[in-house]
Amino acid sequence: MEKWHLMTIVVLIGLTVRWTVSLNSYSGAGKPPMFGDYEAQRHWQEITFNLPVKQWYFNSSDNNLQYWGLDYPPLTAYHSLLCAYVAKFINPDWIELHSSRGYESQAHKLFMRTTVVLYCCCLKEISTKKKIANALCILLYPGLILIDYGHFQYNSVSLGFALWGVLGLSCDWDLLGSLAFCLAINYKQMELYHSLPFFCFLLGKCFKKGLKGKGFVLLIKLACTVVASFILCWLPFFTEREQTLQVLRRLFPVDRGLFEDKVANIWCSFSVFLKIKDILPHHIQIIISFCFTFLSLLPACIKLTLQPSPKGFRFTLVSCALSFFLFSFQVHEKSILLVSLPVCLVLSEIPFMSTWFLLVSTFSMLPLLLKDELLMPSVVTTMAFFIACAISFSIFEKTSEEELHLKSFSISLRKYLPCFTFLPRIIQYLFLISVITMVLLTLITVTLEPPQKLPDLFSVLICFVSCLNFLFFLVYFNIIIMWDFKNGRNQKKIN
Amino acid sequence: MRIRLVRSARRCGNGCPRSGGVWWKLVLGSGARGDSPQMPSHPHLATSEWTLDYPPFFAWFEYALSHVAKYFDQEMLNIHNLNYSSSRTLLFQRFSVIFTDALFVYAVHECCKCIDGKKAGKELTEKPKFILSVLLLWNFGLLIVDHIHFQYNGFLFGLMLLSIARLFQKRHMEGALLFAVLLHFKHIYLYVAPAYGIYLLRSYCFTANKPDGSIRWNSFSFIRLISLGLIVFLVSALSLGPFLALNQLPQVLSRLFPFKRGLCHAYWAPNFWALYNALDKVLSVIGLELKLLDPNKIPKASMTSGLVQQFQHTVLPSVTPLATLICTLMAILPSVFCLWFKPQGPRGFLRCLILCALSSFLFGWHVHEKAILLAVLPMSLLSVGKAGDASIFLILTTTGHYSLFPLLFTAPELPIKILLMLLFTIYSISSLKTLFRKEKTLFNWMETFYLLGLAPLEIFCEFVFPFTSWKLKYPFIPLLLTSVYCAVGITYAWFRLYVSVLTDPPVGKTKKQ
Repeated sequence: MEKWHLMTIVVLIGLTVRWTVSLNSYSGAGKPPMFGDYEAQRHWQEITFNLPVKQWYFNSSDNNLQYWGLDYPPLTAYHSLLCAYVAKFINPDWIELHSSRGYESQAHKLFMRTTVVLYCCCLKEISTKKKIANALCILLYPGLILIDYGHFQYNSVSLGFALWGVLGLSCDWDLLGSLAFCLAINYKQMELYHSLPFFCFLLGKCFKKGLKGKGFVLLIKLACTVVASFILCWLPFFTEREQTLQVLRRLFPVDRGLFEDKVANIWCSFSVFLKIKDILPHHIQIIISFCFTFLSLLPACIKLTLQPSPKGFRFTLVSCALSFFLFSFQVHEKSILLVSLPVCLVLSEIPFMSTWFLLVSTFSMLPLLLKDELLMPSVVTTMAFFIACAISFSIFEKTSEEELHLKSFSISLRKYLPCFTFLPRIIQYLFLISVITMVLLTLITVTLEPPQKLPDLFSVLICFVSCLNFLFFLVYFNIIIMWDFKNGRNQKKIN
Repeated sequence: MRIRLVRSARRCGNGCPRSGGVWWKLVLGSGARGDSPQMPSHPHLATSEWTLDYPPFFAWFEYALSHVAKYFDQEMLNIHNLNYSSSRTLLFQRFSVIFTDALFVYAVHECCKCIDGKKAGKELTEKPKFILSVLLLWNFGLLIVDHIHFQYNGFLFGLMLLSIARLFQKRHMEGALLFAVLLHFKHIYLYVAPAYGIYLLRSYCFTANKPDGSIRWNSFSFIRLISLGLIVFLVSALSLGPFLALNQLPQVLSRLFPFKRGLCHAYWAPNFWALYNALDKVLSVIGLELKLLDPNKIPKASMTSGLVQQFQHTVLPSVTPLATLICTLMAILPSVFCLWFKPQGPRGFLRCLILCALSSFLFGWHVHEKAILLAVLPMSLLSVGKAGDASIFLILTTTGHYSLFPLLFTAPELPIKILLMLLFTIYSISSLKTLFRKEKTLFNWMETFYLLGLAPLEIFCEFVFPFTSWKLKYPFIPLLLTSVYCAVGITYAWFRLYVSVLTDPPVGKTKKQ
């Protein structure tokens, strides 16, 4: 069948699944006084439309920052403004200052959902070398669908921009790629998780081209692009120093603590045994998380700077984002989407591990999804995704050492332990254990009530299990990066 | 199988209950609690507009479901809870449809076994079996009628496809039994009963043919005839027996065949009578403009208002149930004659079945637009065989599915129906085009133009019309346009199929199809 027919069908399937998921409940539905993320988005449309730019990030009688104040960079604010104009055209009641708080109606829900669908189109663009099956699986990734269309957020926009950035860099359109990525950062500051690999990759390219000639020119051009795009986005806020500082304060709430709620990272899991939040003072916490994060991602980044390649770039994206997720400050469980995006990009190279990771990432968000009553869509989309991957990539047949990119590693290991040949087996068993644990925990959480003394038992268990899985993946991806490209200089440049 | 899961993902999202199915469970659920399930003469049944109008087997099926339902939500079985809907009710209803669809999946599997794989390409996606299974399982019409609009057609079509598959596999007795059971589930399948009757009589009761293909009278087998008759008799006795004993048979029949309901449904099914009505309306408007008609003599009841009532035509002669019956019989007769005089084995039977279904759709009394599925689903089996059939199938299915759009009218359902329709249409056209790429193109310019015209029609009806001033004055225009446009397409497909059946060269029964 012709390629574009298949691609259209895949896109349509993706759109259909998204719209059907949006017919479900959303975050904070019917839960006054604070409601949820859905209300936050509506509220931002209200503020950006009715208040002047100077007041968007400041606390005032009209703009109570405690009630879902803006805490994303300016591009989000402009986007909300755009949506507000459309909303005004359809029904002004939706964005009336003050009076529209907690506004919930069927028609409004429809409008919000439509705006998200329109932005999902950004995600469609992937490197043309990938097969149709790859596109299908990525479009069906349940985590993004559930968060954007169920819980309600606009992650597709920033992830879409980041994807365009990766695409640009892989095809050697460096300037466009970096422009796209700057837009992504200006939409959601969490994209900074991806910034180091971008930086290292581009730096590596400049070094390769020679710092005295073309490389230097490229460096200057990139610097100009980045600075220009930032200035463009932040222009209204550069008028006063206080404005800029306030925006930064909203974006990086350092006084909010090491973690909030339950999230599948190291600090939260560690606090099961040792309550770090209470023991250590605030600034020490920041320093510790900073150190751990950078220590864990340093090897991969250095490697990427010295040997830039598109494949290495993608893997480094994964490992950096994962390091940030596990060790950074004030991480939300939704940030796992930032890791899932690069994993989707390597889906066709290591299908087995990627599918496993994507399943775990959706599972780690289970407490959030349950709170939003999205159990049914999450179960169904996860199963659909798993089956689609299993069939398209025959993942269960691709578990040999070479398929898992662990050949060089096992060879090195066998120098010390000659009988160590059963690495694939171990991994298969781990996969089985992991899946069984996830299914069991899901069933338990849904059917049983937690004991009185430990009301958060199930969420904590879910976070803990997910965290262990993520640690395993961190080690795995770092091994791939460090060992597999050790011989990269001798081999042909792999694309 | 994976396809089914994504399908259930799709169905999960929708939250619009339609109370019809729930009501029947109420009635029979009261039986689950010990009261006797009496048929329509019960006074409570006058309280709702969704009363039982399917044959007894379907009633027993709902009764069985009501027994399971009480574990989900006891309240929905209370006979006074009209229009009751809770999330558990919804869950139960939806799951019951998916569960009963298992039979449909099995039937599709059996049908695929009957398909000749001669044209198989290298890839899985190019094999006729795969294409057929996708066309059947993801059939847009079935998806929205069963899972959104809500009915239990999945397993009924499963029964029909299974009986067709059995006839293909030469297991005639099973095929006959399945069809008899099916008839007592939903009497709409009477539309295709002549095909079954004639085929079984001709090709099963007469065990051999003369070399030139005509009938050999002395090969008649009484035993086979009697066994077939016995099957039909036993099944009917099982279903209608209890009501015969309770002396309620006339009431049952009047519920099953409601001739008081009017020539057309509130939304005209895209059949011949839609064209007839439209012509009548156009002529009456012209007549009024040219002062040929007296405005006082025109009956006030408009055919296009939402109520189901009897009405009269203004210019053209009014149509009675008897007239529609005669038209239907006349339309069916040539195909039945073909089946008798030029039997071509199971494939000929299938064509006759489709023609019967289409003819009854086109000329029947009070036809519901969902009945088009009766023709579309069996036609899928033919479409992967020959290029000509594929072309007819595509026209029929695209217009048929588009005519189902007015069933879903709320705003959240709009993107779903458009997306699913696009999905199915693009897939069917591209896969069949690839399958038959070595033969001539599937559509000529006229057909392409017609099919492409569906897009502007949809845009006009859904997006442009509601914002114009005509909405208040002539609210029925989108429905009218949809009906008439689709009626043209369906009639054309019917005509082409007839031509291909009548002009096919007679083939001896022994030749492998």
